[in-house]
Amino acid sequence: MDQKGLRDLEARCIQEEPPRCRAACPLGLDARALCAAVAAKNMTGAWAVLRRHMPLAGVLARICDHPCEEACLRGQAGDPVRIGALERAVAAAPEPRARPLPMPKRPGTIAVTGSGLSSLTAAWDLAGKGFSVTILTGSGGLGGRLAQFPETLLPKDVVTAEIELLKKRGAVFKPYDGPCVDAPASLLGEFDAVCLGGDDPSLPLSLTAPDSTEFPVTAALETPGLFACGLGADDAPYSPIRAAAEGRRAALSVDRFLQKVSLTAGRPPETQATRLYTNIDGAVPLPAVPMADPETGYSPDEAQEEAGRCLDCQCLECLKACPYLEAYKGYPKVYARRVYNNLSIVKGHHADNILINSCMLCGLCTAICPEDFPMADLCLSSRRDMTGKNVMPPSAHEFALLDMAFAQGEDCALARPAPGVPDGAVKRAFFPGCQLAGLSPDGVMAAYGALRDLFPGQTGILLSCCGAPARWAGREDLFAASMKTLRASWEGLGKPEIVAACPACMDMLEEGLPEARTVSLWEVFDQSGLAVPALQGTAVLAPLDPCTARNRPGVRDAVRSLLRKAGAELVEPPYSGELAKCCGFGGLMSEANPELAKTVAGRRAAESPEDYAAYCAMCRDRLASAGKRALHLLDLLFPDETQDPAAQPAATVTKRHDGRAALKRTILREVYGESLQEEARLQLVMSPETAARLDARRILEDDLRQLIAQAEAAKAYFLRPETGHKLAGRRIGNVTFWAEYEMTDAGCLVHNAYCHRMRIKTDAKEARQ
Amino acid sequence: MNETVIGFGQDDAAWICGGCGEKLAPGPATLEYMGSEFCVTLMRCPACGLTLISEELALGRMLRVERLLEDK
Repeated sequence: MDQKGLRDLEARCIQEEPPRCRAACPLGLDARALCAAVAAKNMTGAWAVLRRHMPLAGVLARICDHPCEEACLRGQAGDPVRIGALERAVAAAPEPRARPLPMPKRPGTIAVTGSGLSSLTAAWDLAGKGFSVTILTGSGGLGGRLAQFPETLLPKDVVTAEIELLKKRGAVFKPYDGPCVDAPASLLGEFDAVCLGGDDPSLPLSLTAPDSTEFPVTAALETPGLFACGLGADDAPYSPIRAAAEGRRAALSVDRFLQKVSLTAGRPPETQATRLYTNIDGAVPLPAVPMADPETGYSPDEAQEEAGRCLDCQCLECLKACPYLEAYKGYPKVYARRVYNNLSIVKGHHADNILINSCMLCGLCTAICPEDFPMADLCLSSRRDMTGKNVMPPSAHEFALLDMAFAQGEDCALARPAPGVPDGAVKRAFFPGCQLAGLSPDGVMAAYGALRDLFPGQTGILLSCCGAPARWAGREDLFAASMKTLRASWEGLGKPEIVAACPACMDMLEEGLPEARTVSLWEVFDQSGLAVPALQGTAVLAPLDPCTARNRPGVRDAVRSLLRKAGAELVEPPYSGELAKCCGFGGLMSEANPELAKTVAGRRAAESPEDYAAYCAMCRDRLASAGKRALHLLDLLFPDETQDPAAQPAATVTKRHDGRAALKRTILREVYGESLQEEARLQLVMSPETAARLDARRILEDDLRQLIAQAEAAKAYFLRPETGHKLAGRRIGNVTFWAEYEMTDAGCLVHNAYCHRMRIKTDAKEARQ
Repeated sequence: MNETVIGFGQDDAAWICGGCGEKLAPGPATLEYMGSEFCVTLMRCPACGLTLISEELALGRMLRVERLLEDK
């Protein structure tokens, strides 16, 4: 990703777009921030918001005609927030003493004619920029059309105080006694630029706004150096906010003119359309807070209550749905920048590796986002970038990639026609996927049996892994290698239709093996008239769509059809269908960030009181790990009457690992009648707590067997004489495993195991082995 | 990073070498990860050199350093 790519991406996140009130204000007043301050009774903060955006804030805040209110989203759930009245309430509160910032003087002398709000604004802005500003006033008092406001609304001393502030900024007031200000040739001789103000009846202009396309943008008149503001017709209702906006527009043009740069190029728009989306589904309609005394306006307490009605417009739709996006204290625009910076660091701490590696890549945020922000694409492409540069933290995905290699290796992989089906005659090959194979070998056996019954003489089996872990880890090399092996097996079977149980496998196969037709096991079962046994016990189920079925309505429908055939009453949980949520396994989150994955599973678990009916093996397992009752569709289609399938605990990594290998042996034995030598294995015995600890530490029992056998053979272990416990360690691959154990008649009793990646370089005994 | 770090677990003294029967004694060792090396003092068998890494060390200090190096 280059800088432009980053900016394009950032622009798609709308969280930083202005709220509607601010977008509608010609001065860009941040009314959302104003409301937040008033609601917190922070009048100092509220005054700061006014001063940041408003010229002569003490005046304008009292009389602003608030176009923001028309735009206010609260208007769709009650009355718009009375922002104008809130500004007035702030203006009525004493202003904290501000330290005047001395501005460095800039060359350039400017005359501003008239003392209406437009003129005063132009003078305010230009004096604030350090120019020498002279305000030429007429014979009436200062303020021009401001005089029309009643004393109760705009006290004279407030106007005087703001004019004093203007003087402190360096502006000088002088009565004008020259010729008609409409012919200011003499003024242009005396000053570098002249700004004519039209909203001061004591110094009237006969000028009307020129009918050009430029004037509404630049306020520039035909004569270079001459600008005009406040030209609204005298009989039109006076809009103070527009008068101020026109003064600000003229001031900006004067500044540009004096700097001899284009009046139009790169000029920011005064008002803008906002793309900010705010969901008001849950907003309870509220009427405006009444004023006890409309004459004086809101009291501080009333103002606080009224400001509290502000909806604090934000988008954050994705964060509401995704614990991952919520976890890193930002939102996609911020994350895009952080990911970009993280990838750009050559030397130093890559604090956001974890941000990149924790995304579930599930696409829910993109489905929710009004602008389809592609968080998954961002994280996946970043992972590829990291693996390409060899800066991916090795611990993030290594276990999953080894597990994948095991599932694709000779212990687990298998490609065969069903017995009696000649090579090349396989029309359908069942691809259960490695996780279902590991978690539910019995269910896979039953499903394979059912497929052979439904399609006799044309069914085969294809056991392997689809390569999803490689894809998610950013290892396209391994993904391509997975597909190459899989393609060879598929071609060997005679290029059958692949019947996949897992939607993630379907995604990978459709992309990596597009020549193959891939169909869902659930659609095949539903359409082929598989006899579905009636549900025992629980009849109310919540179908749990996996995130990988987001774009597979056919699969989702088939699952629901099968559940109904079993007699289940279905209660849809939130976040199903196209808005399905990930269980925390997707994108290898549970490997790279197990703690956050736990939160994710826990949230998903809490979203429905009903038992979940999952059809992704990992969803079922992750939900079970969160203590949620969840069954897998295979449990329902091929029930084991002796068990409550929804109550089965989550499987350990060892169970999945061993289950996969056991499935292959069982199929070879039971389906193909092969007699296999079962290797004698060291029997490991451990408490459930120890097993859970091994699981959390990603330690396979097979690795412990290997290390214990080696330690026993070489007597390379430590001994604790008072307990008889032994402690031995061994490097296997990139990890050193340690086991504390004792040999008993019942087998090897494992008390504890741990591992580390750091290597002891000088270990005499290890070197000798 | 070359300073010597003492990498004992609280419990290390309870173990003896199973092969030699010797009590363990502190000895120098070098730990390596992702190209960085650290000189440490670990409990080891004075006879055969078999070196012990306790759970406390593996899951505490060692893990923290591993993570730091991985994100470097």
